[in-house]
Amino acid sequence: MQQRSNKRTLATLVLVAFGMFGFGFAMVPLYDVFCEITGLNGKTGGRVAATEFNSEVDENRLITVQFDTAVDSGLPWDFEAEKLSMKVRPGELAEAYFTAKNQLSEPVVGHAVPSVAPSVASLYFAKTECFCFTQQTLAGNEEKEMPVRFMVSPDLPENVKVLTLSYRFYRSAGAEVAGAEDKSKDISEVSSDGTG
Amino acid sequence: MLNKALNSRLTWLVGLLAFAGTAMADYGLNMTEGVTPFSAEVYELHMIILWICVVIGIGVFGAMFYSMYAHRKSRGVEPAQFSHSTLAEVLWTVVPIAILVVMAIPATRVLIFMEQTTDAEMTVKITGYQWKWKYEYMEDGVEFISSLHPDSNAARQVGSDIDPATVENYLLDVDKPLVLPTNTKVRFLITSDDVIHAWWVPALGWKRDAIPGFINEAWTEINEPGTYRGQCAELCGKDHGFMPIVVVAKSPEEYAAWVAEQQGDAVAETEAAQREWSFDELMDRGSDVYAAQCAACHKPDGTGLPPAFPSLASSAVATGPVDAHIDLVVNGRPGTAMQAFGNLLSDVDVAAALTYTRNAFGNETGDAVQPKQIADAKRG
Amino acid sequence: MSVTATELDHHDDHDHKPSGFLDRWLFSTNHKDIGTLYLVFSLVMFLIGGSMAMIIRAELFQPGLQLVQPDFFNQMTTMHALVMIFGAVMPAFVGLANWMIPMMIGAPDMALPRMNNWSFWLLPFAFAMLLSTLFMDSGAPAAGWTLYPPLSLQGGNSFAFVIFAIHLMGISSIMGAINIIATILNMRAPGMNLLKMPLFVWTWLITAFLLIAVMPVLAGAVTMLLTDKFFATSFFNAAGGGDPVMFQHIFWFFGHPEVYIMILPAFGIVSEIIPTFARKPLFGYVSMVYATASIAFLSFIVWAHHMFTVGMPLGGELYFMYATMLIAVPTGVKVFNWVSTMWRGAMTFETPMLWALAFVILFTIGGFSGLMLAIVPADFQYHDTYFVVAHFHYVLVTGAIFAIIAGVYYWLPKWTGNMYNETWAKIHFWWSVISVNVLFFPQHFLGLAGMPRRIPDYSVQFTEFNQWSSIGGFAFGLAQVFFAIILIHACYYSKKKAAAQSWEGAKGLEWTIPSPAPHHTFSTPPKINKDQLAAGHLD
Repeated sequence: MQQRSNKRTLATLVLVAFGMFGFGFAMVPLYDVFCEITGLNGKTGGRVAATEFNSEVDENRLITVQFDTAVDSGLPWDFEAEKLSMKVRPGELAEAYFTAKNQLSEPVVGHAVPSVAPSVASLYFAKTECFCFTQQTLAGNEEKEMPVRFMVSPDLPENVKVLTLSYRFYRSAGAEVAGAEDKSKDISEVSSDGTG
Repeated sequence: MLNKALNSRLTWLVGLLAFAGTAMADYGLNMTEGVTPFSAEVYELHMIILWICVVIGIGVFGAMFYSMYAHRKSRGVEPAQFSHSTLAEVLWTVVPIAILVVMAIPATRVLIFMEQTTDAEMTVKITGYQWKWKYEYMEDGVEFISSLHPDSNAARQVGSDIDPATVENYLLDVDKPLVLPTNTKVRFLITSDDVIHAWWVPALGWKRDAIPGFINEAWTEINEPGTYRGQCAELCGKDHGFMPIVVVAKSPEEYAAWVAEQQGDAVAETEAAQREWSFDELMDRGSDVYAAQCAACHKPDGTGLPPAFPSLASSAVATGPVDAHIDLVVNGRPGTAMQAFGNLLSDVDVAAALTYTRNAFGNETGDAVQPKQIADAKRG
Repeated sequence: MSVTATELDHHDDHDHKPSGFLDRWLFSTNHKDIGTLYLVFSLVMFLIGGSMAMIIRAELFQPGLQLVQPDFFNQMTTMHALVMIFGAVMPAFVGLANWMIPMMIGAPDMALPRMNNWSFWLLPFAFAMLLSTLFMDSGAPAAGWTLYPPLSLQGGNSFAFVIFAIHLMGISSIMGAINIIATILNMRAPGMNLLKMPLFVWTWLITAFLLIAVMPVLAGAVTMLLTDKFFATSFFNAAGGGDPVMFQHIFWFFGHPEVYIMILPAFGIVSEIIPTFARKPLFGYVSMVYATASIAFLSFIVWAHHMFTVGMPLGGELYFMYATMLIAVPTGVKVFNWVSTMWRGAMTFETPMLWALAFVILFTIGGFSGLMLAIVPADFQYHDTYFVVAHFHYVLVTGAIFAIIAGVYYWLPKWTGNMYNETWAKIHFWWSVISVNVLFFPQHFLGLAGMPRRIPDYSVQFTEFNQWSSIGGFAFGLAQVFFAIILIHACYYSKKKAAAQSWEGAKGLEWTIPSPAPHHTFSTPPKINKDQLAAGHLD
């Protein structure tokens, strides 16, 4: 009798342990969902269709969007924003340009990882077009102008007046440099969490 | 009459406590009050909670010590046999909750104050590297690297035989401090190039992690001109203890002059990169660059710490073909601690450091590496 | 130990101990022998982890680097923590559980004796693997016991050994926990209802559930580190779309309950000892049980207070601050209950009681600094400084370790049948309690004055307190070598025999069996009159 109940307890608890091991991994997508809801880590969401932007333009507010650029020390590129900052009205579709230049004479593939500060603003920041959605291949010494089309939602909390959009370019590990197809490789499908 | 005596005694006690408080500050026993509105608030909060804890502690330990004295078997007491009291148990659940609420209110207020990064007049971007900080003044276009002062770096080597007490501001001094204007709201964007660091100057009242791939925000407004020192606070590898932070707060006028000077230097630097440098000039500058950028790993005498940090003295790279050496320093060696310095330092600095390492520590290649060669190498 | 075994065999023919050394220890399924194995293992690990602390304190004795390179220093801080947490504190509690729980609930053995053997014997292999990394080319882990990426991924291939060692420790802990739950739920003597169990059993039951809930999460987190390092995944790599902060969230989801795993059984031990020496029943038994359960519950919802500086949104910071502050309530209830248990008792101060009293006072001091750390704006200053180091050493050394030492002195007569030398033990107590405060109290000041933790060298203004701390450290370390000597003396050479009820006020079931406890106890369940039983103690 006791032996049987011991076995049953054992089986149940082993299952619980395995379940919790799975939960550890389940925390990865859960965390991303959580971040998307709360803006926890300042990651911006992926591509948003232009049709979602029929919201009213808020004429009373002017938000300063600051652009910050950085290149990881492993990538021999120059990367700069054309303008340091721009003022946009919430609800208005805006466009900003960035320039990347490959310092090497051979082609290099890189990809940009965006981040928004304050992190809560990332919830109200949407991009319809961004060079960060795909990997970028620059031919030897190529210089390339890259646009970002974005909108700040009118729901942005009142106390946020300045927000910073930061891009950091990384060398894409293991990316094949040769083909031009790579350009169309959609990072948001490749990476585990759909951010881009 | 009695009241008066009690009063004077209380005043005396309060005075004594206040004295103890200042004495504590003098001896570095307590948290600094700092020089920003936020740091002063944090200090007050810290003191409030400390005193609440002290009072509770005196109560609990007092009861305990009294009991240990009065309720000893050796005094022949009979043990009581009670084992619960609903009133007491409810009381000491409810009262602590009330105390916690009292603590939470000011804490919440200060926290909300801390999070208000809006209306800043300028933005400084801080990037952590192993093991130095890069500062970029976003509006003014000034940027530079700040690393451990060479004097401290020489003294902190194992077996250096230099007494740290003889080094000014040992481990809390840098080659180039972050300069900020006083009475100006400054917003910081904090990130990292490699691992997680944390930027901390106690006098400003906060620390914030520098996380690779993400930018963090914080702000400060320094009220008093002065020099404030801090350190990296998040374990970031071997030289975590050796990446200090120095903030120099200047009046807005002095600050403006400083910025103009920096911008002038930057122009001069660009011009300098175009011209031909003499061997002696390069060696001279190279020894400074080496001390600031290279000596942390490769040691001031170039012996390194093999296998992770190879010796440069008569090394195959430092005495071998110049191009391979330039490539290594400009692009780094992935998977090792050797960073790519091409984007981190100016062409002149890289050229000078290369010239120095190829002609110091008994290496005698006689090469003078020119800034132009670096620019060419970057182009590939 | 084998000496005692043969000696005892002569005394007691009904003991049925396995006769060969290997049969007895390697293939043991007896809860008492396995408990002994755990405790001896834990003592060895305590001394190894302690020697690492001595290296740390020696290097920090004065500014400048005199003895070790910074990288080796980081290996020492990392290994010290891993060895102490997983090698010393946790196995010590499991050892005490193995010895005492069956005897406290009137069970003949643990529920799953063969699994019990396996959970122990995984540990020596796990730690052999962990410690072997010290001798590898790429060295031992040096990124702190929290293993934060990307730093932890910068190390060499020895990292794989560290991960597998942690997996083994995790499996061992989970199996130990399952065994303890099964024993408590299924093996209690008739009449021993859940709410009549001794508090040590209760705290262990809750701890065991915590272990099963969070050790697998740690296993998951380190597995992700493993694949990030060796199999090109990007869970925590920002360049690949991951997030290094996510590791911290997962880690501390394990890490905070882990902290309570190391303190709840200590609460249990102290709740056994204080009533014995106050000769008065434990005050507020039921509220003690509920407080333990609330602490366990709260431990799951406060994890991010370890990482306030990563930059969370305001709402998150406020939530984690309030939730963390709430923990003070059930913890306070426990402290008040202990003090009330002493109140109007008839106290004597034998060594176990001295350690228990020191626990109550010093753990409470650690609790106060914990409350201070919960206040987010202040934490922006305290975080990652020596203030934190002081805080968690007050709760883990003067908390967990003091309770373990108290428990060892308290139950040693039952295990060995011998009394330890009371004078030596009191010297050990006073020596430890003074030196541990010289060791850790100045660290509060160091942290407030601005000294970050995990640094091998410091600015000269921190010299004096570091020297105090180092001197205290060496003294405390030496005191524990003395402790080992006291234990060896008590096991093999002490002439003073212990009675079945070794302490005048001791009333649990374990005190109804002879000292030393025979190899098999309660083969037939004891007859307990329900009405006589309160808090697991007989009237």
